[in-house]
Amino acid sequence: MVKHTLTVLVENKPGVAARVTGLFTRRGFNIDSINAAITDKPDISRLTIVITSEREGGERQLEQITKQLNKLIDVIKISDITAYDSIERELVLVKVDAKPERRTEILQIVEVFRAKIVDIASESMIIEVTGDEDKISAMLTMLADFGIREVARTGKVAMIRGAKTL
Amino acid sequence: MTGAEAVLKGLETEGVEVVFGYPGGAVLPLYDVLYTSKIRHILVRHEQGAAHAADGYARVTGRVGVCIATSGPGATNLVTGIANAYMDSIPVVAITGQVPTTSIGNDAFQEVNITGITLPITKHSYLVKRAEEIPHVIREAFYIASTGRKGPVLIDLPKDVQVEEFEVDERAFTRAVRLRGYKPTIKGHALQIKKAAALIQASKRPVIYAGGGVIASDASPELRELAEMIGAPVTTTLMGIGAFPKDHFLSLGMLGMHGTRYANYAICEADLIIAVGVRFDDRVATDPSTFARNAKIIHIDIDPAEIGKIIRPDVPIVGDAKNVLRALIERLKGVDLDFSDWLEVIESWKERYPLRYNPKDGLKPQFIIEKINELAPDAIIVTEVGQNQMWAALYFNYKEPRTLITSGGLGTMGFGLPAAIGAKVGAPERTVIDIAGDGSFLMKCQELATAVENHIPIKVMILNNQYLGMVRQWQELFYEGRYSHTDLASRTDFVKLAEAFGACGMRVERIEDVAPAIRKALEIDEVVVIDFRIDREENVYPMVKAGSPLDEIIEDEEGVVEDSGDLCGMEKEGVVEVVD
Ligand SMILES: Cc1ncc(C[n+]2csc(CCOP(=O)(O)OP(=O)(O)O)c2C)c(N)n1
Ligand SMILES: [Mg+2]
Repeated sequence: MVKHTLTVLVENKPGVAARVTGLFTRRGFNIDSINAAITDKPDISRLTIVITSEREGGERQLEQITKQLNKLIDVIKISDITAYDSIERELVLVKVDAKPERRTEILQIVEVFRAKIVDIASESMIIEVTGDEDKISAMLTMLADFGIREVARTGKVAMIRGAKTL
Repeated sequence: MTGAEAVLKGLETEGVEVVFGYPGGAVLPLYDVLYTSKIRHILVRHEQGAAHAADGYARVTGRVGVCIATSGPGATNLVTGIANAYMDSIPVVAITGQVPTTSIGNDAFQEVNITGITLPITKHSYLVKRAEEIPHVIREAFYIASTGRKGPVLIDLPKDVQVEEFEVDERAFTRAVRLRGYKPTIKGHALQIKKAAALIQASKRPVIYAGGGVIASDASPELRELAEMIGAPVTTTLMGIGAFPKDHFLSLGMLGMHGTRYANYAICEADLIIAVGVRFDDRVATDPSTFARNAKIIHIDIDPAEIGKIIRPDVPIVGDAKNVLRALIERLKGVDLDFSDWLEVIESWKERYPLRYNPKDGLKPQFIIEKINELAPDAIIVTEVGQNQMWAALYFNYKEPRTLITSGGLGTMGFGLPAAIGAKVGAPERTVIDIAGDGSFLMKCQELATAVENHIPIKVMILNNQYLGMVRQWQELFYEGRYSHTDLASRTDFVKLAEAFGACGMRVERIEDVAPAIRKALEIDEVVVIDFRIDREENVYPMVKAGSPLDEIIEDEEGVVEDSGDLCGMEKEGVVEVVD
């Protein structure tokens, strides 16, 4: 099982995401996360797609899919940045059970992970955490003990380090 | 100008002379403008026929074929035709009506999400939201359909957009298309061409394997020039038939599942494959792991995604076939190459294993094709799908590109008749013959009305075995002769059926009646249907089983030899199976 992070620049037009994701399903790839948002140029959107290939020959499949993606008229550029040294971030909102007597414990975890408490209620709180995959999963494991009520994740965004751009 | 007027203006600007279509509620505004348009509209009898006719027209003329259907069921009826064009990379623009923008998503009457349905079978598609987009959408659609690896483009036009008035900027109809996400590579990489030339120089047993891409890029002259210059044999795929003259001394005919023995042996024994405009489809590379097992491979294709998809080439060249072949020719000019030993081996295979059939036991389909070839050597042959298609591919002597029109990738029964109509409209001066099977013919026989009413005198020649013959052949060979639901023996009378549509119908049961019937069909300026009652259980040979290496060839007992022997002094593993 190999994870890949693809960044795709596309025309900011209706239906483009469907064209892109449709290709993955057709070739037996599961999309772990997909993030889509406009860039500094209003007519260009950027997708960050994380996929794992479970099948044998996954690398070759991925090469094929990258080529197929490139053929889509609305796809401007696609890069597999897995092998690059890059910054990867995801933002997660977690609603956890937070009875008054356990709040200090939660606060400590929040501090260690440099997360933030963004909402507080009598029985629960919402924590916002940003980070790479390892940090997010560590944080979620810690919070699981308190009882997670709901999780909302943005999916990963990524950027290659240094001056190089897509 | 209204949206509908803009569509017609756009089509005229693109040089469209004819469209194939079928009206309905959601395209009423468009049809209202068509009523007085210079563009010829051919009313088909089922929208699938419109798509296939546009496809046949495009294959024969090399231009973009256009079809029109209404929303909902009209649009879904186009789907098979669009998929067919997609699989064979044929430039088609399909225009569908759509419910008004204000109703989209409401499950309105005759609403389907046709851009969604056709997403995986179109090169690109548009759902037009405002009339002012129409001029550039039409322009882009034609550009995308007809450049790079060609293919179908769908334009979905909501009814309110068709009636919307807008201030038109006339220049938009002719403005150059600029798409930053779409820049097909035409010119081959110089270094790769150099490497390819070096491989050719180093080879002793090269084979050129040419496909539909050669025809799409009008590269037949270059293919021939290269082949003759270096003296290398040429085999074509089904889609590539016509790209190289079949009776040329360097021609190996078709390769693959029903290819000639000598073409398949040549692939197995070659030390270099020059693959041009092909995709190593499973009907050719029946077993990719043994395909061209002794050869290095040069793969030339305009679509980078085809390169390395099935087989990893030693020298990949992305580019247009015409352009790359020209560059290769220039590079190899004056180079002394001599493959005469190899050609001798091939010649001996050709002598030893010619295409042949047993002329005993009634009317043979192969004989009929040979007669058609004799009496109409310059005809454009269109086929249905099944055994009829393979016999037409194997036994007619194709001399130029765009003379065999056949559904390759999708294998669509019912393609032939409407495609023949499109072909005849595109080339009215040519004889157009649809070689049909009885099963396929019935899938789209209503288009006889289209042909008759529009005076499009095509000739339908049904090789009537009263079977879904190709499926029956597989049942005979691989399912112990259990003919599950492939027997079409019935009281259906094709002669009367032809006459009911106003066409001329004939039935031929005896060998001596074959030539006179064909002659008569060619003489009369009418739509003709001939019902040839052929030997029911004739099979298509040679045959390579799906998944088997190309030199494991099945042939019936009347076939050639029982063992492949010492084919060319080289070690051979494949054994010729004899099936009776
Ligand atoms: C639309 C469609 N349905 C089913 C098939 C599967 N199929 C392939 S060949 C064939 C038999 C065709 O019969 P016929 O047209 O009589 O041709 P023959 O093989 O007998 O020459 C069938 C059913 C197909 N190719 N297309
Ligand atoms: Mg039949």
